[in-house]
Amino acid sequence: MHELSIALSLIELATERAQQADGGRVEAVHVRIGALAGVEADALRFSFEVACRDTPLEGARLIIEETPIVVFCPRCQAERTLQAPRFECPACGGPTPTLVRGRELELTALEVQDDVPADR
Amino acid sequence: MTSPRIVEVRQAILSKNDLAAREQRQVFRDAGVCVVSLVSSPGAGKTALLGETLRRLTPRYRVAALVGDLATDHDAVRLRESGAPVRQITTGTVCHLDAEMVRRALADWDLGALEFLFIENVGNLVCPASYDLGEDLRVVLLSVTEGEDKPEKYPTIFATSDLVVVTKLDLAAAAGYDDALARRALEAVRPGLDVLRVSVRSGAGMTDWLDRLVSARARKRVASSPV
Repeated sequence: MHELSIALSLIELATERAQQADGGRVEAVHVRIGALAGVEADALRFSFEVACRDTPLEGARLIIEETPIVVFCPRCQAERTLQAPRFECPACGGPTPTLVRGRELELTALEVQDDVPADR
Repeated sequence: MTSPRIVEVRQAILSKNDLAAREQRQVFRDAGVCVVSLVSSPGAGKTALLGETLRRLTPRYRVAALVGDLATDHDAVRLRESGAPVRQITTGTVCHLDAEMVRRALADWDLGALEFLFIENVGNLVCPASYDLGEDLRVVLLSVTEGEDKPEKYPTIFATSDLVVVTKLDLAAAAGYDDALARRALEAVRPGLDVLRVSVRSGAGMTDWLDRLVSARARKRVASSPV
């Protein structure tokens, strides 16, 4: 389980970016996780809560947007969304080796409360 | 209290590792060393394959290995029998190698003196998938004893690897290994993925595997030579 390592990296990055934005307390952290990122949303939520203790992010909510796998189908010449990590086109059934999206593991935004100073 | 302000970020959570891996990739390119990482579940035969690979490559190439392990240096000790320089990275409780660990472990090595560097990751099919190490070739092992549907259970690692090596081929009959089933599972998670089959014990498929390594190195030299 590497979600704890991911949570630590996330907290480090979010703290840095909140300071750069001259923000006050961070109320929420928005992340995007692709279905092929290899990260479990529930495990990340749990790890985030634990790893936030005694950091400036303590008490911040973690809001996870889970995004599907999107591939390019060479036969249909179109992008297709997959419901499961089986790389065949849901329309024509052909193989779809080209991954367009699905590996994102991204900090997308922070919600900061400027009326409340950051803890440290 | 006013409503919170939204600060747009849009940055990869592992951007520090991605950056370290990019820098490491440049270091490897400048040194002209071909870097191959091995990932698999515990017990799929990474150390056995690597030991035999080092033994067969050392007469012709300058090779070295880094070995990640949670707690022991048993693998490194085993691999040093090949005569190649081997260094251990003990990760403690961390279940994967990252680019920074690799950088630190290599800090005082003369990479320019090497033609191949192998990195054996911690035995784990989940966590190593998220961490780029700057390698040229990520090789995932699938042993005939562990079930043909492994690729479907761990799609990320198979989808992010460049080559699959099916190991322990000498046990295929005893394990009831169904190659067509394994191929279908691999094709489902990564159409067109290259698959080799080897047995370290019998030597079957080892020549193909070594040829693949040598051609990966040749491709890299062509790609990185000045125009």
